[in-house]
Amino acid sequence: MYKVKVYVTLRESVLDPQGKAVTHSLHSLNYPEVSDVRIGKYMELTVEKSERDLDEVINEICSKLLANPVIEDYRYEVEECVPQ
Amino acid sequence: MKFAVIVFPGSNCDIDMYHAIKDELGEQVEYVWHDTENLDEFDGILLPGGFSYGDYLRTGAIARFSKVMQAVVKAAEAGKPILGVCNGFQILLEAGLLPGAMKRNESLSFICKPVNLTVANNQSMFSTAYAQGETISIPVAHGEGNYYCDEETLAKLKANNQIVFTYQDNPNGSLEDIAGIINEKGNVLGMMPHPERAVDELLGSADGLKLFQSIVRSWREANVVKA
Amino acid sequence: MLLKHEPRPDQVKSEKLYQQMGLSDEEFTLVENILGRTPNYTETGLFSVMWSEHCSYKNSKPVLKKFPITGEKVLQGPGEGAGIVDIGDQQAVVFKIESHNHPSAIEPYQGAATGVGGIIRDIFSMGARPIALLNSLRFGELDESARVRYLFKEVVAGIAGYGNCIGIPTVGGEIQFESSYDGNPLVNAMCVGLIDHKDIKKGLAQGVGNTVMYVGAKTGRDGIHGATFASEELTEQSDENRPAVQVGDPFMEKLLLEACLELIHSDALVGIQDMGAAGLTSSSAEMASKAGMGIEMNLDLVPQRETGMTAYEMMLSESQERMLIVIKKGREQEINELFSKYDLEAVAIGTVTDDKKLRLLHNGEVVADVPVDALAEDAPVYHKPSKVPAYYEEFQAMEQEVPQISDLKETLVKLLSQPTIASKEWVYEQYDYMVRTNTVVSPGSDAAVVRIRGTRKALAMTTDCNSRYVYLDPEVGGKIAVAEAARNIVCSGAEPLAITDNLNFGNPEKPEVFWQIEKAADGISEACRVLETPVIGGNVSLYNETSGTAIYPTPVIGMVGLVTDIDHITTQSFKNNGDLIYLVGETKDEFGGSELQKLVHGKVFGKAPELNIEVEKESQKQVLAAIRAGLVQSAHDLSEGGLAVAIAESLFDNGQLGAEVTITGNPVSALFSESQSRFLLSVKKEHQAKFESLVAAQLIGEVNETGTLKVLSETDTVVEASVHQLKDAWKGAIPCLLKSRD
Repeated sequence: MYKVKVYVTLRESVLDPQGKAVTHSLHSLNYPEVSDVRIGKYMELTVEKSERDLDEVINEICSKLLANPVIEDYRYEVEECVPQ
Repeated sequence: MKFAVIVFPGSNCDIDMYHAIKDELGEQVEYVWHDTENLDEFDGILLPGGFSYGDYLRTGAIARFSKVMQAVVKAAEAGKPILGVCNGFQILLEAGLLPGAMKRNESLSFICKPVNLTVANNQSMFSTAYAQGETISIPVAHGEGNYYCDEETLAKLKANNQIVFTYQDNPNGSLEDIAGIINEKGNVLGMMPHPERAVDELLGSADGLKLFQSIVRSWREANVVKA
Repeated sequence: MLLKHEPRPDQVKSEKLYQQMGLSDEEFTLVENILGRTPNYTETGLFSVMWSEHCSYKNSKPVLKKFPITGEKVLQGPGEGAGIVDIGDQQAVVFKIESHNHPSAIEPYQGAATGVGGIIRDIFSMGARPIALLNSLRFGELDESARVRYLFKEVVAGIAGYGNCIGIPTVGGEIQFESSYDGNPLVNAMCVGLIDHKDIKKGLAQGVGNTVMYVGAKTGRDGIHGATFASEELTEQSDENRPAVQVGDPFMEKLLLEACLELIHSDALVGIQDMGAAGLTSSSAEMASKAGMGIEMNLDLVPQRETGMTAYEMMLSESQERMLIVIKKGREQEINELFSKYDLEAVAIGTVTDDKKLRLLHNGEVVADVPVDALAEDAPVYHKPSKVPAYYEEFQAMEQEVPQISDLKETLVKLLSQPTIASKEWVYEQYDYMVRTNTVVSPGSDAAVVRIRGTRKALAMTTDCNSRYVYLDPEVGGKIAVAEAARNIVCSGAEPLAITDNLNFGNPEKPEVFWQIEKAADGISEACRVLETPVIGGNVSLYNETSGTAIYPTPVIGMVGLVTDIDHITTQSFKNNGDLIYLVGETKDEFGGSELQKLVHGKVFGKAPELNIEVEKESQKQVLAAIRAGLVQSAHDLSEGGLAVAIAESLFDNGQLGAEVTITGNPVSALFSESQSRFLLSVKKEHQAKFESLVAAQLIGEVNETGTLKVLSETDTVVEASVHQLKDAWKGAIPCLLKSRD
């Protein structure tokens, strides 16, 4: 069994209205050193072992549903879990 | 002309769309549940607003995998008029029937109010009853209507005259004030403003009715030619 | 295994664990007497939630008894999920208001959202389709702290998030800002539904052997003891109670709503009730008690979201979007199929019995066995001592004082930018107020109007309460709240039908607070009796205090009226150049609790405005008659800020119009006094004679096309302002207060 951590963020070229608002807010709280904030989504998938290649499955899931390739990028990390 | 109003779990403008067609336009209309696989009996397909599947992942992201969407793709290929309003537009984008994507409104808030639109293209099958450049008042009600596409897509939209409606006072940060676009073929329209909410002066505006009348008009013309 | 972590009955008693759950020593003894033994941990929990103020009204019952609750059109009074009033043609309107103050103070977004979700369930559990939402909100002063602004923004977002998603328009409401609500905001949500008489359903567990089914979302550990939490004062420690706040899922509720509305047409359905406050406990105990029956449930069958839940946790969970239904035995399969169409679970978890007991099984053992009436009906009733507060006597001894004003125009601009008066567009633009395309008069008006499709009828609805008046004089203030609500309804062209009330007060154990409750109830009762608008249901929210300071007493009135023909629908905006402007009602030097007093002195004091309820009734009758005769172009209630504010507001919808009016007497009083029972009407010149024969009104001016508001006294021009300038002040105030600081 695997725990897959998926991070979805807006593409670099796409303006992130939420991130912009948080950046602005941090500046007004006197953190001028923060130059940019990008807000994304974090998802945890529990995936059973199967015959298919895990990376292939995850990439498929991400591009099909979890991220919208028109505006979003994704990356993921895999941890193998030992069943309890 | 016979319309289908597609009902996804979480659709909530389905009733408004239904009554706009039945009571104000005076055409046939039926609700069609999201697990329907065949839309052959319908001449026009309407995807209403709402929060399909709660819009929990991304607006429209889950609904596009409904069974009925395969039939919607088929109807689009057959050249039938397909109108997606608000969440319906978002679903059409996710399904790839229209180019681009939606982001959250620039204000980060849901926004509901009547807005003025400019009819940017009155040659589409959805807009022939309007004058080119006409100002119409149609309400918006959405949290994610900030239309986005890359430059290449935008150039194409412009070159093909695919931008049908634009905002006069952009409420959501949408690229180039885009409020509604059609596909290249011209038979799929997606728009954030709600024409079905503007079909009765009692509620503030009847400017949306001409959109539905345009659909019927072009359908009749096509069918008369065929006959 | 069972109750491994739970204290034994003797520990519950000896360690006084019941106190943490909210039961007093006397109440615990009473439970022991009822059962003839010491209750176990789970049973103690059942009693503690059912006997909380929120569920039992143990402190407010003697007061609630005063309300007139009957009327020839009342089909259902207090006691069910919501009250019902006949509107003719075999149709009825169902409505109720409910508070979610404490959860909103802790987690404003979810607190407000689940408040909306809960009141919607109350409506559709009666078999009605919800058609509109309203709310009544109170916050501290916006410029006071970032916390207040945060609460305000998040509450609005939470209401929007839930209502917009489920697709029920939020059509109206009211918001007041006052420092007494600083740490204890008020979030009252009202829902209005429409029903055909034949579809009315009740929460009754009838018929021995019938099946008790659980439908909707799974049960988790969220909101355990929410009802008890809502019946306590907020303290510094309240933040630690965070787990008590539930998370709403409007998508789930949308499915549940559609499924339940399909269910009510099934003859398999016997009874239905929302699992609201005190969740599974109150729904089961109340349904059984009302039907004179008992219920036995096997908790192993309850759909659970988390593992290892105890009986106590399941019974006290306030997870959202759940309903309990009773259906005819043997019909489980078809009910299952109905719900599965909406991707919902319907699980048989128990049966109706005839022993009037609530019996719970868990892991093969009986974990609770208590009389349902004891839970639902036998909570002790307390007659709290009451005492006239010193401040009241001090205020009553004061003379009415007219504030000294040098610049009337500047004062008007300032009043228009007070958050309580200023445009609430920033708020209601976040609400989908149009979905379902029936909203004829949208937020920002005296009352919202929603048409009834397929008929000529429409419903007008409003929420009202000026708590400053109630604070100065609870009885008069209570009366004014009802009268103002009715005035708003009449201005929209409707006849007032009935009210629902939400009594938001401080700690009733303080005699001065209890006195406020009693007096406000007296005032409400009298106004309701005279105006013939019975109380068909409501909610009580006590212990609204932070660090020992009570909120202003805030008995919010939710009122619904019937528009018999959509042609009667009237709005507050002036319509045409040349129309005559009339003022109905007498203006006195009344500034106690007024917006002007607050502006000048930074506080309120003195006497509240007087209200002669008979005069009020007569004026309302005349105005409604004139509206129905087609003689009135616009109608606006005079409230906060008085005549000047009312005239300005009547000009804001149209960019071109202006007005010229002439006032008599002291200009400050004429323009800003908050005397009651007053209306501002505009009438076409050709209707002058006919109108004046129907309504006792004073002609004060004319609508023109100058785009300017000009007020003349007997001698000179006292105000001359461009409508643009006034509108900018009015419209920009709230966004400006929010933007400049965060």
